[in-house]
Amino acid sequence: MDIERTRPGRRDFLTVGLTVGAGLVIAPGLARAQAGDGDVGILNGALALEHEGIAAYRLAGASGLLSAGTLQVATVFMGHHEQHRDALARLVRDAGGAPVEPRSDADYVEALSLGALKSEGDVVALATRLEQGATNAYAGQVAALSDKSLVHLFTQLSADEAVHWATLNNAMGTAIPAQAFLFG
Amino acid sequence: MTLSHWRPALALAALTAGVAALVVLAPRAAAQSAGDPTRGHTLYESRCGGCHSLDANRTGPRHRGVVGRAVASAPGYDYSPALRRVGGNWTAARLDTWLQGPQRMAPGTRMYLSVPDAGQRRDIIAYLVSTSPARR
Repeated sequence: MDIERTRPGRRDFLTVGLTVGAGLVIAPGLARAQAGDGDVGILNGALALEHEGIAAYRLAGASGLLSAGTLQVATVFMGHHEQHRDALARLVRDAGGAPVEPRSDADYVEALSLGALKSEGDVVALATRLEQGATNAYAGQVAALSDKSLVHLFTQLSADEAVHWATLNNAMGTAIPAQAFLFG
Repeated sequence: MTLSHWRPALALAALTAGVAALVVLAPRAAAQSAGDPTRGHTLYESRCGGCHSLDANRTGPRHRGVVGRAVASAPGYDYSPALRRVGGNWTAARLDTWLQGPQRMAPGTRMYLSVPDAGQRRDIIAYLVSTSPARR
C-alpha cells in the first residue's frame, strides 16, 4: 500500500501534525527526581521501549519506503523518543542505576520483523502498533511507581505516545474507538 | 511388609488422587478458559504489544506456546533472577495470578504492568492459550 497515492490528504494531515507538535517540551526538572529500586526497574523498562522505538523509526526511515512528508513526521517522532531516552537514562543514572543499552540493529530487525516491511503503509501500521503498545505500557505502570514525580513523567510519556498513535492511526484511516478509556 | 506389597495400594491411591484433582480443577480450568481469544488478541496487541510479541523476544519474552511452558524458559531471553526462581509451568491460573501483579508473584521481576480487569485477563489468557498449540 502506498498511502501517499491511495490517500492523497494524508501528507497534509501528517504535516499539520508535525507543525502542531514542534513545540513539545519534555518535563523540566526531571533530573531532580529520586527513584527507588522498583522505580529504577520501571525506568529501565521504559528506556528499553524508547530504544526500540528509536531504532524502528531510524531503520524504517532509512528503508526508502517513506515519502518525504511521512519521513518528516517520523523524524519528529523519533526525536521525541530520543528526548524520552535521554531523560530516562539520566534518571536511572541519578538513582545509581545503569541505564539499559540499546540492542543491535540486527536484533531490532528480527524482533520487529522489519525485513517484512514492503510499503509505507506497512511502516505506518507497525509504528501505530508500537506507539499504542508504548502508550499502554506507560499508563499501565503508573500504579507501580513510588515516586510521585515519576508518575508525572510517565503521564507525559504516555501522552506523547498517545499523540503519536492518534496521528498515525488517523493516517491509516482507522476509526477512533467509540469506547472511552482507550489506554491503560 | 515389603515395598512390593504396597504397590497396588499406592497405585490406587494415586489414581484416586488424580481423579479427585481433575474433579476439583476442571471447573477452575473451564472458568479460566472462558475468555474470548478474539477480544484477547486485540487486547494483547494493545496492552502487551509494547513489550511482547508472539514470536520474538523484545523487552519481554516471546509468548507463542507460553501456556504449558516452563516459567522463564523462552529460548534466548535473559530472564531476571526473580522470575527464574519461580519454577513450574505457566498455566492459565498462574498467568491470571501473574497478570494481577507480577511483583507480588516474583518480587524483583522486570515486569511491572498489571491487568486489573478480570475479564480482560481472561480474554488475554484465552488468546495465549490459543497460541499455545499443545494446550488447545
